[in-house]
Amino acid sequence: MEPKTIIEKIWEKHVVHREEGSPDLLYIDLHLVHEVTSPQAFEGLRMNQRKVRRPDLTFATMDHNVPTIARHIINDPVSKVQMEKLEENCKEFGVEIADINHPDQGIVHVIGPELGLTQPGKTIVCGDSHTSTHGAFGALAFGIGTSEVEHVLSTQTLWQSSPKTIEVRVNGQPGAGVTAKDIILAIIAKFGVNAGTGAILEYTGEAIRKMSMEERMTICNMSIEAGAKAGLISPDEVTFDYLKGKRHVPQGEEFQAAISEWRNLATDEGATYDDVLEIHADEIEPQVTWGTNPSMGSSVYGRVPFPEDYEDPADQKAIAQALTYMGLTAGMPIQDIDIQHVFIGSCTNSRISDLRAAANIVRGRKVHRNVRALVVPGSKSVKETAEAEGLDQVFIDAGFEWREAGCSMCLAMNDDIVPPGERCASTSNRNFEGRQGNGSRTHLVSPAMAAAAALEGKFTDARKMKQPVV
Amino acid sequence: MEPINEYTGVVYPLEKVNVDTDQIIPKQFLKRIERQGFGQFLFYHWRFDDDGIARSDFSLNEEQYRSASILVAGKNFGCGSSREHAPWALLDYGFRVIIAPSFADIFYNNCVKNGILPIALPQETVAELFTKASEGYSLTVQLENQSISDNDGLHVSFEIDPYWKEMLLNGWDEVSRTLSLEDKIEQYENQRA
Repeated sequence: MEPKTIIEKIWEKHVVHREEGSPDLLYIDLHLVHEVTSPQAFEGLRMNQRKVRRPDLTFATMDHNVPTIARHIINDPVSKVQMEKLEENCKEFGVEIADINHPDQGIVHVIGPELGLTQPGKTIVCGDSHTSTHGAFGALAFGIGTSEVEHVLSTQTLWQSSPKTIEVRVNGQPGAGVTAKDIILAIIAKFGVNAGTGAILEYTGEAIRKMSMEERMTICNMSIEAGAKAGLISPDEVTFDYLKGKRHVPQGEEFQAAISEWRNLATDEGATYDDVLEIHADEIEPQVTWGTNPSMGSSVYGRVPFPEDYEDPADQKAIAQALTYMGLTAGMPIQDIDIQHVFIGSCTNSRISDLRAAANIVRGRKVHRNVRALVVPGSKSVKETAEAEGLDQVFIDAGFEWREAGCSMCLAMNDDIVPPGERCASTSNRNFEGRQGNGSRTHLVSPAMAAAAALEGKFTDARKMKQPVV
Repeated sequence: MEPINEYTGVVYPLEKVNVDTDQIIPKQFLKRIERQGFGQFLFYHWRFDDDGIARSDFSLNEEQYRSASILVAGKNFGCGSSREHAPWALLDYGFRVIIAPSFADIFYNNCVKNGILPIALPQETVAELFTKASEGYSLTVQLENQSISDNDGLHVSFEIDPYWKEMLLNGWDEVSRTLSLEDKIEQYENQRA
């Protein structure tokens, strides 16, 4: 048989209908729903007297709008209506929901894997571009718009044109203290924000194989920032170990049967892609973005570039605009950038290993006097685990605020906002203008780098701070 | 959604690359539960200052673009968030056609599903449109024969997936169309069960 990529294998298994001159009609195995991109879709169902075809394959939570302090007090009446609407819609259409008071509540891309809803070989969609996160498990997972949310609710399918496939090969091993976040930021800096347009990425190579599931989620999460529809990783023992015993995963003998099936999903030896991008993990250093899209970044030892460093006049203009917005001077060292806020959280970096990495830097030290620092766990479950390990106290003792689970300052839809003109070292995924609040300036970094910046008030190589102060 | 075929409109040139959906519609406006009324928030922080006063340095606020309905922009337009509020805002403001060298995937899909025609043209052609787009410059788009022309001799053709083309020409409700294949969906579910 002709060797195939995991992308082709999953695709072929999900074709419900195929006809000349039309995209394929693909079956969707799991539909995750949140409060921001679903109300108009449910309204569409109501207007057309349609029902949710498979409530059993649909799962909802609240994350984008939720307050991270004083849970029950939602100051913004419009946010409140949106959350109530989700509650109502789920009740009316029979969809399971982990609402704000539910023990499973959290960022949709954090709880899917935690609950074992995310599994290899599944097609997974959500009205959120960071759905690519679930690709870490060898699932074909992508973000959709609200019209498509309505389409999936009604039909459990989507029309999809067969995408290009790109292998992103991460060779070698990163140095100690260089994280998955640094690797994905370096990939985007090297290949650009539209490297993956019209394509699905498969991450391969030694560095990827040696990563934990949480690290792989960080990588796949940011596929969309490289312009890709989805990014995935062929499942292996690391995947199976993570999934074992999770609530929605088959148990006992059935689990063994599932593993044999999942193993066959992995890309075959000799399968080819439309394109291959390569990067060497051992050459990557801790990353910091300086601009207004995720490709505008450099090593912590780098400098803010000059617009003239770029060839394309459109790029030169974009760089000049980015520097103006960010209030940075071309040529200045990254380590001279002062910050006022630190945000540790988001679907990119709010899992327990992220919090542990940050706590290791912070333990026994103090947040810089000019800095306000927040830790927002990705889910209630992450929060509980962290508290059981005493990490909350480590952060609180250092001067961090310890919050409830949600998307929070990643997009500042709730009250967690960076004020105009101020800078935030953030473990999130987007540094767009105004992303963390109107006029806010975002620098994307790993949890360890964010923690180090919180202590120093500026960017510094977190690897130098590894040893806790005695 | 409203069908689109032959369409003539005033061009608004937005000479920026990688315009993300956070700029098209900032997050504070995503809390509404309706599809309508987002036009007033389009490019909000570019159009308005902190007091909600129109900025004089943002060209969309100029009188000459008041009736613009064809947006021309730089590469990778609509990148970032999957928010369909972005095309809802563009459509509600009055844009029916968007021309750029390339589009982000999710944004492109979201446009088509709302009756906005996204047209990808070579970088050089888009650059030419930027040069030409002075006061009152308008374009005529013909979706049926996939071409764009102006009164000044420009005539270029463009590519579009035949499925999307049919959908835009007919203003299809995609869900109804898919539900006509419900037996196939059921068959698929039964096979897998």
